[in-house]
Amino acid sequence: MAELKVTAIREGTVIDHIPAGKGLKVIEILRLNRPNGGVLLLASNVHSGKLGRKDIVKIEGKFLSEEEVNKIALIAPTATVNIVRDYKVAEKFKVEIPDEITGILRCANPNCVSNHEYTVSKFYVVSREPLKVRCHYCERTMEEEEILRNL
Amino acid sequence: MDWKGRDVISVRDFSKEDIEFVLKVAERLETELNEKGALDYARGKILATLFFEPSTRTRLSFESAMHRLGGSVIGFSSASSTSVKKGESLADTIKTVEQYSDVIVIRHSMEGAARLAAEVADIPVINAGDGSNQHPTQTLLDLYTIKRAFGRIDGLTIGLLGDLKYGRTVHSLAEALAFYDVELYLISPELLRMPKHIIEELQEKGVRIHETTDLEGTIPELDVLYVTRIQRERFPDEQEYLKVKGSYQVNCSVLKNAKETLKVMHPLPRVDEIHPEVDRTEHALYFRQVFSGVPVRMALLGLTLGVLEGV
Ligand SMILES: [Zn+2]
Repeated sequence: MAELKVTAIREGTVIDHIPAGKGLKVIEILRLNRPNGGVLLLASNVHSGKLGRKDIVKIEGKFLSEEEVNKIALIAPTATVNIVRDYKVAEKFKVEIPDEITGILRCANPNCVSNHEYTVSKFYVVSREPLKVRCHYCERTMEEEEILRNL
Repeated sequence: MDWKGRDVISVRDFSKEDIEFVLKVAERLETELNEKGALDYARGKILATLFFEPSTRTRLSFESAMHRLGGSVIGFSSASSTSVKKGESLADTIKTVEQYSDVIVIRHSMEGAARLAAEVADIPVINAGDGSNQHPTQTLLDLYTIKRAFGRIDGLTIGLLGDLKYGRTVHSLAEALAFYDVELYLISPELLRMPKHIIEELQEKGVRIHETTDLEGTIPELDVLYVTRIQRERFPDEQEYLKVKGSYQVNCSVLKNAKETLKVMHPLPRVDEIHPEVDRTEHALYFRQVFSGVPVRMALLGLTLGVLEGV
């Protein structure tokens, strides 16, 4: 597709197959909503053979670690990540929910110490399908809907 | 088993071997205490009891345990008397107090506070209750009490009665009992049933579970009846509380069809769940249960301090 070629990047990361409408959230989670020197592109509601509609995020000049990328599995489990070097896909992988989620999720328990004191939040993945995580501090379990609300 | 420096935060952190080891050490300490009157394993060691939320019984039990081990105690019994009132963070309080002591016992109204304290402190931290989350030493003393009364935990049929929905004590106890070959009767009003995820977890671990609202019909099956208070403060809605308040009372007429060897337990304090007439029967185990707190906490203090190698 011509319009996607225009936005091809020389070096960086392309996150593809994000469920339509979730692209902005991906940018937020990866904290890309601050200028980092490179071009950041969000294509939303693009036609996709697999998903019907999808979002694509391209980040120029930044190589996301696999772990960093895996955080987005929480909201975009279908996503694939392409590492681009010299306009070519050098590496490609599917996102995967990590065993531990640190720093990006807030605990839904208002009485959890992590919501009152300085801590880096930490959760253990109890189940992937359906998604369930347990807070390292208060030990309460959060399910998918709550997780998405607290990202 | 290397316990020196270890934190005691949650029943989830324990293996069955850990539990058995603590119970065994507690038993040896109890015997020794009976023989010698006083012990001096922890001579020169200082326990800091940080009770941000008051709980006189638990604090006294820990203090008694430390004194019986030959150590000494410092601490406070409510947050209002500390710098916390001035806005000091929990982490800073812990880092300060660890300069004065060798082991910390903490009780706090926030869930996860003990875990945070343990991360901050270099000395061992023992959780004496964090909000509605964990109270692991209670669970260990419950298991110890059962083991001392029956000589075993395997093979027993245990009834948990009362507030199984909000009751922190019964949740942890049930989780710990899952390590053993036990049959559980969960007896509660419909509104206060054990949460589904806990029941599923127990079943996955092979515990045979029966849910019922019928206390009298269940009594004859039981070796242990563990009674809990229906706590008004745990209810989000007062109307709900009024519906279930006073649902069960264990008295001599209820116990008529019980096995002679049935033991009744309760984490105390009680309100009206157990009639005082039960106190004089052979069934009453709840004061003995209070006593068990001392050797169990002695074991945990001594082990985490690393002073019990000789035991
Ligand atoms: Zn939490």
